[in-house]
Amino acid sequence: MSGSMLLKGGRVVDPLHCLDGAFDVLITDGRVSRVEKDLPVEEATVIEVPPDFVTCPGFVDMHVHLREPGQEHKETVETGTASAVAGGFTAVACMPNTDPVNDHAAVTELILKKAAETQLARVYPIGSVSIGSKGGQLSEIGELHAAGCVGISDDGHPVADALMMRRALEYASMFDIPVINHCEDPSLKGDGSAHEGYYASVLGLRGIPSVAESVMVQRDVSLSELTGGRVHIAHMSVRGSLRAVRSGKERGVKVTCEVTPHHFILTDEDLSYDTNTKMNPPLRSADDRDAMLSGLVDGSIDAIATDHAPHHADEKAVEFDQAPFGIIGLETAIPLVLDKLVHTGTVSLKRVVELLAVNPARILGIEAGGLTVGQPADITILAPDVATEIDASTFRSLARNTPFDGLTLTGSVVATMIGGRTVYVNGAVSGSDVFGRPE
Amino acid sequence: MSARTNLTSVVAHDHIAIPARLRSKHLLSIGDLSPEEIHLVLETAQAMKEIGRRPIKKVPTLRGKTVVNLFFEPSTRTRASFEIAEKRLSADTLNVAASTSSVVKGETLSDMARNIEAMAPDMIVVRHGASGACYLLAGIGGSRIINAGDGMHEHPTQALLDALTIREHKGSIDGCKVAIIGDLAHSRVLRSNILLLRALGAEVWVSGPATMMPAGIDRFGVTVSRSIDEAVADADVVMMLRIQLERMRGHFFPSFREYFRMFGMTRERFRLAKHDAIIMHPGPLNRGVEIASDVADGPDSVILEQVSNGVAVRMAVLYLLAGTDEDRRP
Repeated sequence: MSGSMLLKGGRVVDPLHCLDGAFDVLITDGRVSRVEKDLPVEEATVIEVPPDFVTCPGFVDMHVHLREPGQEHKETVETGTASAVAGGFTAVACMPNTDPVNDHAAVTELILKKAAETQLARVYPIGSVSIGSKGGQLSEIGELHAAGCVGISDDGHPVADALMMRRALEYASMFDIPVINHCEDPSLKGDGSAHEGYYASVLGLRGIPSVAESVMVQRDVSLSELTGGRVHIAHMSVRGSLRAVRSGKERGVKVTCEVTPHHFILTDEDLSYDTNTKMNPPLRSADDRDAMLSGLVDGSIDAIATDHAPHHADEKAVEFDQAPFGIIGLETAIPLVLDKLVHTGTVSLKRVVELLAVNPARILGIEAGGLTVGQPADITILAPDVATEIDASTFRSLARNTPFDGLTLTGSVVATMIGGRTVYVNGAVSGSDVFGRPE
Repeated sequence: MSARTNLTSVVAHDHIAIPARLRSKHLLSIGDLSPEEIHLVLETAQAMKEIGRRPIKKVPTLRGKTVVNLFFEPSTRTRASFEIAEKRLSADTLNVAASTSSVVKGETLSDMARNIEAMAPDMIVVRHGASGACYLLAGIGGSRIINAGDGMHEHPTQALLDALTIREHKGSIDGCKVAIIGDLAHSRVLRSNILLLRALGAEVWVSGPATMMPAGIDRFGVTVSRSIDEAVADADVVMMLRIQLERMRGHFFPSFREYFRMFGMTRERFRLAKHDAIIMHPGPLNRGVEIASDVADGPDSVILEQVSNGVAVRMAVLYLLAGTDEDRRP
């Protein structure tokens, strides 16, 4: 976008630059050019931001599944990034468990090409650790990185072999990219489909014990300590994992972690035969949920990520133990965070921006996370006090698999801008029309 | 309980008016029944037993009703029991064994159920290896669904027939000490029995190998004992659970030999129970694994009575659920 645009008024929350208050944001040629109080209008197009709106650096979801190539009946790069911007995310990191797996630069390039055509959320591919995510042979990580991958992961498949994990950490450290591990000991998981505990037992569902996750988190913290490589714990869900991460961080180990909204909101008490309560990791105990909240508060959890996992309705309309794991999250995460974390007084808006923008951008090493002068104007505008009714039938995602359908939550995404372009406006929020119509 | 008195007299006249109803459209879990409704089923079953003793074991109660027995798991006892119950009530029955049906052609359970529903049966009796599968059928709408066992979740008619058997021997379930022993983790019989026995006031003890304890069993409202002997001590009822080889994955115990030595019900062990205790087993028996033959076949065994009572209980459930069909027909 050429020319200048001035976001005048509203509250700016930009913890990367220690800003929280009434600031104006000047955007020139699609980049942030000034963030100051009472900027002069000059030649800029002025957008009068209502005082109860909050301007934040664009949110980064570091864990999504876009399903393309290969599973376009679930989601595509186009629908997934449309879903992202509608949820307030300006960037997503997409996991490599596509078909074929993103274990080769050609797949990375295809994803990036689709994303460039779509021009919605920025897409940062995650390459696979091993070829086919089979755990047998390292992928060409250097080439994946050169093609644009910002991290490596065999997500969905834990890196079960400890030596493979060690080598991946050592190798990836040459490019300073994280190894993102879905920590779960396959033998302890077995064919479990729900958190091992009272509620799964009542329903007669095979359990996945908490330690299936925490034993591998402990291992990975140790391997990161050994190698100096960066390990990022995907969708952490249990207290034992958090304990291992905290202890690692105290020793200066390069370990980071993320948690999903469903793991800090729901528990296994919410479990039913509704397959939208089936995800991996499963909904954990109330104690685990409380641990996740404590980690969000004290900073030992670095990021909130959705693990947006679209599935076709037909795939979910089966017996519980046959259904695929996973729920979508891009279009519910921000209202959930505002309602369940901010309005409950659990964390501040500043901390939310750290969890959703600053830290994921830092972990992935991408140009995002703050309203940084000279960087693309990727911006999320929130209305923290405006209610959102979750209606899955209106989602931009191709998928509808959410357990949150029908909820009314306090907190809305008003608009999403990428490189100064308005790509999403929430017409249900009054005052949102100042952002114009998405292109 | 005027309804039940009425029923008993009516059954004797071969033509059953509608004396009472169950609130729930389906029987998927014992949790669908209030304690009063459990009593109603048991009283009705008691009355149904009389039909089985007649020279002509048939009443016209369910004439014109279609019942589909949809079995996705092999079953001899339960399927035969339901089919006999249905036939004694003059229902038209159809047995669908899913191994010979379209499931092998890749059709989903929902689609298969919708197709059966399109033929407008009145009731579907379903057994399935997946916990909760019967809820998927119930969600489709149409027929009444009777859960004949879903994975490791529940087997409500088994618990009802167990209760009928206990009641016949002990007079009342209230206050009985019932010890349930064996493979607790994989047992749907356990889950239904705990719900039912606790609803009717029994004191339930459970014991079995530590590898086969469901997580959170301490929250089921039962006394969990690491010692089989302690659980069995002074019990009124000892209920042995079958080792569910078909549901077991991996290492639960070293050998059948050791299982029998450590956890099997022998005569010596059974002597710890009350002198008039009964021994129960849902079948099929693994002789010499969870139960010694001389116990299974001994004077205190009511295992075959359980099977006989199964027919009466299923007649009662079919009858009570069918009772209100007229209300929902267009």
